Amino acid sequence: MASIPSRQKSFTLLAGVVIAQVLLLAVQIRSAQQVRLIRVWTVEVISPVQRLGAWVIDRIGSGWGGYIGLRHTKVENDSLRAELDRLKIRNAELEGRAVEADRLAALLNFRQTHTTTQMVPARVIGASPDSGTQVVYIDQGSGSGIRRDMGVITPDGVVGKVIAVYPDTSQVLVLADKESGVGALLATTRTQGPVKGLGEPLLSMDYISNDEKVSVGETVLTSGQDRIFPKDLPVGTVTETAPDGKTPFMRIRVRPAAHLDRLEEVLVLLTTQELDPKKEAETHLAPAKSQPAAAKLPVIAQ
Amino acid sequence: MESSEIYAGPEPHIEVHKYYPGVVPLAVVLSLVLQVFLPVHVSWANYLELPLLVTIYFALSKRNPSSGLLLGMAIGLLQDSLTPGTPIGLYGIAKTLVGYGGSTIGSRLDVEHPIARFMLTIMFYLLHHVIFALTKHALLNQQETYVTLPIFIAAGANAMIAVGFFTFLDRFRRQS
Repeated sequence: MASIPSRQKSFTLLAGVVIAQVLLLAVQIRSAQQVRLIRVWTVEVISPVQRLGAWVIDRIGSGWGGYIGLRHTKVENDSLRAELDRLKIRNAELEGRAVEADRLAALLNFRQTHTTTQMVPARVIGASPDSGTQVVYIDQGSGSGIRRDMGVITPDGVVGKVIAVYPDTSQVLVLADKESGVGALLATTRTQGPVKGLGEPLLSMDYISNDEKVSVGETVLTSGQDRIFPKDLPVGTVTETAPDGKTPFMRIRVRPAAHLDRLEEVLVLLTTQELDPKKEAETHLAPAKSQPAAAKLPVIAQ
Repeated sequence: MESSEIYAGPEPHIEVHKYYPGVVPLAVVLSLVLQVFLPVHVSWANYLELPLLVTIYFALSKRNPSSGLLLGMAIGLLQDSLTPGTPIGLYGIAKTLVGYGGSTIGSRLDVEHPIARFMLTIMFYLLHHVIFALTKHALLNQQETYVTLPIFIAAGANAMIAVGFFTFLDRFRRQS
């Protein structure tokens, strides 16, 4: 009686024989693309392994590189943030300087157009801590020739007058203060009347008769009667006009020409002499005496 | 003395039939020659599968899965070689599986009875055809009919021939 080989061995032999014949067929048969089936099968078996290997290597590489890169990135990020903050501050500073440069340029241009008028440029360095008074401090004092009751202006218009002088500092009472005032007139009718501060943004023009025709938008200029400001400097613009039932005078409100709430650089007039712009051909504004002045002081085109 | 046993017990008790030297190779060669020769002269011989019958017989008789599958492989490869346009291995795979299956069944069932031989031949004929069609479809991408009425008729015809053919081949068993 012959022994029969074990089932496992015979099944293994069966599998081997069948696989061998399948491979034999694969060597002989070509696919639709004229490639031997054995090549097609080999590529199809190997390519997923290759893709898996590439994916694993890529993951490892990106993870490792990302970790190391992230460590450096954090340091770099912190450094960039700090530099960004510095640059933002610097940018704000430069923007401020640019605006200041514009203001100073206007100031310089104003001075250049009024070279016969003595004036001292000054910077506003402080304000009164008391909200009830409108007083500012400037960085020029007696050493620069400033005296009490000298007028203070900007190229936009009247600011106020000097009320106290120190060697290197001066106090300026701003036009908006209740105690402040300036002699003024209406540009069109030349009707004179003082302009006083009310302790609020708007000014009040007093003693204008109800009979006068005053229109909103009309320019108010200095009259020169107060002996502080030269004549025909812009004071402001009429914003409100109404008859006052209790008095024979009108109730007129004036918006200041100068930005009294944003004073940074000012000019102190060392004289009450009229501001007389250059008479050279480049000047193109109308003479101050005969015609109403513009809302802004004349600026010669460069 | 009959060496076959009606036995369904453990494999070591099943006797394996042996044949005189040269019987198996001669049977293989003759079956292949007739398979090629007969259809030229007899049209219905196209449905005859003599190599398959030889595979089934020796697989059932030898009851050795290893020798059964190897014999089936050899017969199938030879048949592929003789069939023009057929890649080598198509019949080889089918007959390898038939040889393995026949040997496994032969070691567990009574395969001497004519009715058993008839039914087993039909089963293996259909199995052989299905495996062949599957392989052809998978590898060559050629559509092949799996099981149709003509296939059933051919299976029955081969099974009837197998009963007599197997009895004839039983004469060449070596008496132990």
